[in-house]
Amino acid sequence: MSELAQPAISAEHLVRRFGSFTAVNDISFRVEKGEIFGFLGPNGSGKTTVIKMLTGLLPLSGGEASVLGIDVRKDPETVRENIGYMSQNFSLYSDLTVTENLTFYGRIYGLSNDRLRKRMDEIVQLNGLGPYLNRLSAQLSGGWKQRLALGCAMLHEPKLIFLDEPTAGIDPVARRQLWDLLFELSAHGITFFVTTHYMDEAERCSHVAYIYYGKLIADGTPDSLRELPDVQPPGTYRVEITTPEVTRALRIARTLPGIRSATIFGQSIHALINDDLDLDHLRELLLKQGIVVAEIRPLAPSLEDVFVELTYKHQSEIEATRG
Amino acid sequence: MVNPFRGFSAVFYKEALHVRRDFGTLFFSLIIPLLQMFLLGFGIDTNIRQINTVVYNADGRRESRELLDRLRNSDTFNLIRFVNSDRDLNEAIVSGKCRVGIKIPVDYSDKLLHQMSAQVLVLIDGSDSSVAGQAINVTTSIGLDESLRRVLGSSNAPFAVDMRPKLLFNPDSRSPNFFLPGLTAILLLNVTTFLTAFSIVREKERGTLEQLFVTPVRPMGLLLGKLLPYLMIGFFELCMILTFMRFVFSVPIHGSVLLLALLSLPYIFVSLSLGILISSKANSQAEAMQLAFLTILPSVFFSGYIFPRETMPKFFFILSYFVPATFFIDITRGIILRGAGWADLWSDALALFLFGTILLVIAARRFQNKVIMA
Repeated sequence: MSELAQPAISAEHLVRRFGSFTAVNDISFRVEKGEIFGFLGPNGSGKTTVIKMLTGLLPLSGGEASVLGIDVRKDPETVRENIGYMSQNFSLYSDLTVTENLTFYGRIYGLSNDRLRKRMDEIVQLNGLGPYLNRLSAQLSGGWKQRLALGCAMLHEPKLIFLDEPTAGIDPVARRQLWDLLFELSAHGITFFVTTHYMDEAERCSHVAYIYYGKLIADGTPDSLRELPDVQPPGTYRVEITTPEVTRALRIARTLPGIRSATIFGQSIHALINDDLDLDHLRELLLKQGIVVAEIRPLAPSLEDVFVELTYKHQSEIEATRG
Repeated sequence: MVNPFRGFSAVFYKEALHVRRDFGTLFFSLIIPLLQMFLLGFGIDTNIRQINTVVYNADGRRESRELLDRLRNSDTFNLIRFVNSDRDLNEAIVSGKCRVGIKIPVDYSDKLLHQMSAQVLVLIDGSDSSVAGQAINVTTSIGLDESLRRVLGSSNAPFAVDMRPKLLFNPDSRSPNFFLPGLTAILLLNVTTFLTAFSIVREKERGTLEQLFVTPVRPMGLLLGKLLPYLMIGFFELCMILTFMRFVFSVPIHGSVLLLALLSLPYIFVSLSLGILISSKANSQAEAMQLAFLTILPSVFFSGYIFPRETMPKFFFILSYFVPATFFIDITRGIILRGAGWADLWSDALALFLFGTILLVIAARRFQNKVIMA
C-alpha cells in the first residue's frame, strides 16, 4: 500500500464490551489524511470509548484498528507518540504559566531543547499566545486556554490530532477562531478527529459520522448524508414555513394531509411533505385554519435533520427486531 | 528500545514547579508536624504526679501526721484539702475536685501502739486507669514499707529481698523520649501519603491525568516523577524532625542515624504507595482527605505509638501487624532509644518493604482497571 493511499485512521468491526454491556458494537470507518472528521453522538453513546480504543488506552474486545498505519493493539506506545490529543477541559496546569505548560508537554514528547524552542516559537506565532507567555494559565480566558491546549497537543508535530469537544463552554468568537485555525492546519495536511455537540460545527467537517448507543448509524460527507434515502425519502421534499404563531401552526400542520413530519426551528417550522403538495396549496390550507404564513420555501435538510431521521429509523429497527 | 521510565524528568520538572507555586501547602505540611512535636514534647507528660488528694484525718496524732508526710513526699499526691467528715470526703471525690481520698481512722495511733493492724481507707477515682493504678501502687508500697519498718523494729536487720529496679534507655522516664521517636512515623505518613494522594487526585479533578495517559509517558515514568519530589520532602521532614528531637527536646540517639535514614526509606515507600492507592479510589481532594485520615487513625492507635500493643485484646494485637507504622515505630524506638542495629531490625524493614510492594501492585492494578480504562 502506498503512503498516500494509507488512511489516517482505519477501524474495522470495532467492538468493546464492559461485562455484558456492549459499549461499541461493530463499528467500521476510515478517516483519510487531511480530513476534519466530525464524530458525533449523544452523551454516553460511546464516543469517548472509541477515542480510548484508537489511542490504545482500552484494549479492543474485537475488530482491528490502525492509526497512522500503526496497529493500536500491537504498538499503542508508538500511536501515542505520533498523535496529539486535547480533551474538553483543556488539561492545562492552572498553576503553571503558558511557557511552563508548553515546556512540560514538549518534554513529555521528548523534544530536544533546540527543537522545543523552535516549535514553541512557531506555535506562539500561530496561536497568537505571545502576550501571555508568563501568565498563569488559570488567568487565561476560555478561548486562550483552548489555544494553549491545542498548542500543547501539537508541539511534537503530530499528523493526527484528537479533539474531544474542543469548543464546549467557549464563546462564539473563540469557537469561530478555533475552526479557522483547524482549517489552516488541515490545509497543511494535519488530520483532525473532532467530537462535538454543535451541529454548525458538524457542517464544517469534511467527513462526519454519527454514533448512536454503540452503533454507527451515519458515515459520509455532510452532503452525501443529506441525500440518503432515509433522510429524503423518494417523493418528498422539505420546506421551511415562517409564521408568527409557530406553536399553533405546528399543531395544525401535523394534522394536514401530505405533511409527513414537522418540527419547530426557532421562528419557523421545518416540515417533510409529499411531492404532490405544492407550496401555494399548503399556504392556503394553513390560512383556512387561521395561520398567516409570512414565508414558505423549500429547504435542504440540515445535519440535525439527518441525525434525527436516522435515529428514528434506527430506533424503529430495534423495536422491530424486538417485537 | 522503549524506555520504561519515559517522561520521568518532564513530570519531575512539573511537580517541582507545583511545589514551588503552592508554597503554602508545603509550608503547612512542614510546620504542622513541628507544632505537633512541640505539643507532644512539651505539653504531655505521661508520668503521674501531684494527684489532687483529700484527707480526713480523724486521728490527728503524730503517727497519722507522719503517714501524711510520707504520702506528700512521694510526689504522687498533692494534699489539697482537709475535711472532717465522711460525707465531705465523698463529696470532694464525687465533685471531681480530688481523685484520691484518704481517711485515717480515729484509732490509728492506738492500734499502732498496741501492735495491732491499723487500717487506712484509700478511695480512688477509677475513671482514669493510669491515675488509679499509680495511686494504688504508691499507697500500697508506702503501707508495706511502713509495716516492714515497724515489724523489723530497731533490729537493723537487712531486707531479705531487696529489689533494685533500674530503668534502661529512658532513665528519667521522660515523655519526649517515648513520644517523639514514634511521632516521626505518624508525621512521615501524614506528609507523604497526603501529598502524593493529593497531587494525583488533583490531576484527576482537572482532567490532566486523562491527558497524560494519551501521551507517550510510561506509567513508571509518571509515578516516579510524581513520587520522587514527595519522597524528597518526606526525607527532608524526617531530618528536620530528628534534628528538633535531638537538639530541642534533648532525646539522645543511641543508634546509627545512617541506619535510621536507610530504614526510613521502605517506610516512606509504603506511605507513598498508600497515597497512590488512595488516589486510585478517590475522585476529589475531599474524598482523598477522608481516606487518608482513615489510614492515620490505625497508625495512631494500633501501632503502639500511644497505647502499648502488648495489652491490646488479641484481635487488635493481630490487627496491629497490618499497620505499617507498627514496624517503623519499632525501628525508630529501637535505634533512637535502645541503640538497636541492623541485626535486630531487618525483619521490620522486610515487612515494610513487602507491605509497600503489595500496596503498589494493588494500586497499579486499580489504576489500570478503574482509572485508565474507566
